[in-house]
Amino acid sequence: MAHAYTPGLKVTDKILIKKDRILPLKGDVLVKVGDKVTPQDIVARTHLPGNVVPLNVANKLSLPPEDLAEVMIKKEGDEIKEGEAIAFKKGFIKWFNADCKATITGTLESISTITGQVLQRGMPIPVEVKAYITGEVTEVIENEGVVIDTYAAFVQGIFGIGGETSGEIVIATPDNLTILSDDLITDDMKGKVVVGGSLVTAKAMDKACKIGVHGIVVGGFDDQDLRDILGYDIGVAITGNEDIVTTLVVTEGFGEIAMAHGTFDLLKANAGKQACMNGATQIRAGVIRPEIIIPKEELSITDAGDGKSEITGIKVGSPIRVIRHPYFGRLGNVTGLPSPLHVLESESKARILEVEFEDGEKAIVPRANVEMIESK
Amino acid sequence: MAKFENSDDIKIIVATDCGSTTTKAILIEFTNGEYRLTTRGEAPTTVEAPFEDVTMGVLNAVAELEELSGRKLLDDNGKFISPANGKEGTDVFISTSSAGGGLQMMVAGVVRSMTAESAERAALGAGAIVMDVIASNDKRLPHQQIERIRQLRPDMILLSGGIDGGTTTHVVEIAELISAADPRPRLGSSYKLPVIYAGNKNAAKNVEETLGDKVDLKVVDNLRPVLERENLLPAREEIHELFMEHVMAQAPGYKKLMDWSDAPIMPTPGAVGLIIQTIAEQYGIEALGVDIGGATTDVFSVFRPDGKEAVFNRTVSANLGMSYSISNVFAEATLPKVMRWVPFKMDERDLRNRVKNKMIRPTTIPQSMEELIFEQAIAKEALRLAHIQHKSFATVLKGVQQQRTIADAFEQSSSGSSIVNMMTLDMLIGSGGVLSHAPRRQQSALMMIDAFSPEGLTRLAVDSIFMMPQLGVLTEVQPKAATEVFEKDCLIHLGTCVAPVGVPKKGGPLMKYTIELPTGTVSGTLNHLEMKKFELGLQENGLPQMAKATFEPEKNFDIGAGKGQPLTKELHGGVVGIILDGRGRPFDLSTLSEDDRVKYLKEWMTELDIYPAGKF
Repeated sequence: MAHAYTPGLKVTDKILIKKDRILPLKGDVLVKVGDKVTPQDIVARTHLPGNVVPLNVANKLSLPPEDLAEVMIKKEGDEIKEGEAIAFKKGFIKWFNADCKATITGTLESISTITGQVLQRGMPIPVEVKAYITGEVTEVIENEGVVIDTYAAFVQGIFGIGGETSGEIVIATPDNLTILSDDLITDDMKGKVVVGGSLVTAKAMDKACKIGVHGIVVGGFDDQDLRDILGYDIGVAITGNEDIVTTLVVTEGFGEIAMAHGTFDLLKANAGKQACMNGATQIRAGVIRPEIIIPKEELSITDAGDGKSEITGIKVGSPIRVIRHPYFGRLGNVTGLPSPLHVLESESKARILEVEFEDGEKAIVPRANVEMIESK
Repeated sequence: MAKFENSDDIKIIVATDCGSTTTKAILIEFTNGEYRLTTRGEAPTTVEAPFEDVTMGVLNAVAELEELSGRKLLDDNGKFISPANGKEGTDVFISTSSAGGGLQMMVAGVVRSMTAESAERAALGAGAIVMDVIASNDKRLPHQQIERIRQLRPDMILLSGGIDGGTTTHVVEIAELISAADPRPRLGSSYKLPVIYAGNKNAAKNVEETLGDKVDLKVVDNLRPVLERENLLPAREEIHELFMEHVMAQAPGYKKLMDWSDAPIMPTPGAVGLIIQTIAEQYGIEALGVDIGGATTDVFSVFRPDGKEAVFNRTVSANLGMSYSISNVFAEATLPKVMRWVPFKMDERDLRNRVKNKMIRPTTIPQSMEELIFEQAIAKEALRLAHIQHKSFATVLKGVQQQRTIADAFEQSSSGSSIVNMMTLDMLIGSGGVLSHAPRRQQSALMMIDAFSPEGLTRLAVDSIFMMPQLGVLTEVQPKAATEVFEKDCLIHLGTCVAPVGVPKKGGPLMKYTIELPTGTVSGTLNHLEMKKFELGLQENGLPQMAKATFEPEKNFDIGAGKGQPLTKELHGGVVGIILDGRGRPFDLSTLSEDDRVKYLKEWMTELDIYPAGKF
């Protein structure tokens, strides 16, 4: 039977998730294999080298750079304190004595007799890596970090903003079609992960941030509202570092678009459970999609898949969603996969498929413009 | 591979380009006294897991060549059969690569608009992506510069600064910043980061003392030995050398690929630059090439600012593209600028969402005519912005004192003025999905005309299957084959755009024209806001048909011979033909009323047969 591979986003109620939690530089790992961890636990810690602040001591003391070594009180590698003299020039008389003081606290990195410059390095900056998910440490990478395993339900979004967070799942809309408006956001949602239907309004997002909602999962979001919230336009889809209280994960796309039934039902079935989510998105080589992980301690290796589900491709009967105009967002089933190239209305030649939408309407759509709804 | 004393003995050539997603292979054969492209094949690139060996993708693409051509190229061990013998083997194998993100560099210099800019030009010309330019006067504090160097993790750094005998202190200061940042290379941690020093020769020893222990330092000739002259070649050659030695050697499978190849593997954009330079040199023309991709747009140009020596420039507009970066084009160009090219109204909120949906699902294609028109409007703006960036970068050297005569004083030309002169430009070449695969070739022609505003007589062409990278490396091995295939198979000749320069009175005449077409002579007057198209096609061998034309511009208009001066010249035809553009230069659609804008857009689209009638 004819089939085509069309990427879909993963939505599954049981999967083994392995998360690498790695430091940016080598440091100390604080947990060991077999330890149970929760999202806020710190699993590894290190110190980034402090900022370097140059100071032209030769200029300050009106010296040629080659004479610098003679006046330095502090040597390379010495600790320095802000305001402490690091160089001293003796004058003919006491009045002409001059010194040069450190501008930061830290260590003296280097002294250059070519430029007359002294590099001061600030105090190390501590960096901690949290567990992010509830699970078990299954591997320790010495001095670098750990791998945490958890059996979980898993939902991949298409786009998100904001970083890692966690909270109890609350379903705020009666179904996958209802818009998540501000009146549906209530004070008791503080610290929780709120699930909506086809769209979250700007007002609702604003209210969620004010209340302190940890995350929102919803089908669609308006680009105009995204710009209003962030204060700038996202030019390329590399997100995750936005300074916002509420992490947002959009499961379907921009505009008002119903969350897929499978996704909504899965989240609804897990209401009251803890979800770990991350809005970080990167749509380039090495693609990163936003995610919602719902750890399930009751699951075991025999229940959960390994995440490498077989790519079966689209076949006649496969459920799909159209992801571009003129049928954007509509759901249906594939009724045919003709092989020859087809001339579209735009006069482009492309491989197409035939689809029957939920309301019975039939249409022809380029294969590039559909997404398989992958759910199991 | 077989070695050839005489490049004319090379009759069969296989060339591949390992892109980040697809590896493209071409087979060139010498038949009937000429080199022609005979077969092309492609396969997914296999740099990333689970394959992690680029040669697998190369072999798959070559296997497709074998299947389609019937020529056996590989032996039973998967090695190239060489030299060619009858229906077996190839004489030469060459390759380019942009897999694994291409060549990513950071450059540094003392003065941003002088040595740092020369360093940037050297790196871009070698085919690199320049991640950042650090300069003593870039307005960042030293600790911010150090932080930036540390974050970037480039493949290599090019450090310049000072003319020979000039500043030493500032150059060493920059070296000290690099030393303090202690940068790590992007790929692999087992080797030191390569740093090329191409600055003041008197500071070389000090730079070596400062950086020698921490990085793999290479010292080459100063790229700006005196203010008045750039000497970019030694730095560019060292970049290519290090690209092979370090970057390529770290990428999985490349050692094997380098062994197979008869010429050094080049970064893809470096090779494109080379073919454009070769063509410009061979035909004595000025050329401008643009490659618009999903994430970035590259512009290459060869101009002769003083009428003699050709100057090559390349720019990369990192966030102007048609899928990953489409949202950024929209943000930079702004909605009104995009929508001015669309002859109907669309809802802004809906449009914004459509653009973002294309960004998050970059592989979708326009199904409806409305979507195609909108996408091509965005492409025009992406190309226009990339062109503006290129013009501001491709300049005469900055910081050079000029001796002026009284006549010069009226010209207002200054140090740092652009060398991009659309009036003297002979050929505009477009490449990339939106231009190469437009459903109608007229659409590609109009996109380039609207975006670049060519002046006078300009030939238009598109690269049909993006073969320029392979042909670029081929110029190093067999230049004749490269140029022949470029002209006959790589380019789809669209035709010639004729655009008088001057600000017209509405409705008034711009010029008279007489064109001796093979089907008969046409003559008439081109009026303001008129566009006309005449058929002038291709010869059987793929080269353009020619037609003698005479233009007599009005007194305030210039067609290339000066204001009001007539011009007689041979025009090149193509699949579109001759386009007379009576919109004047500079041309600004926003000067038209809303009703006029829509009316004229529709007129031009109808005259040039851009979209089917009734669909716009």
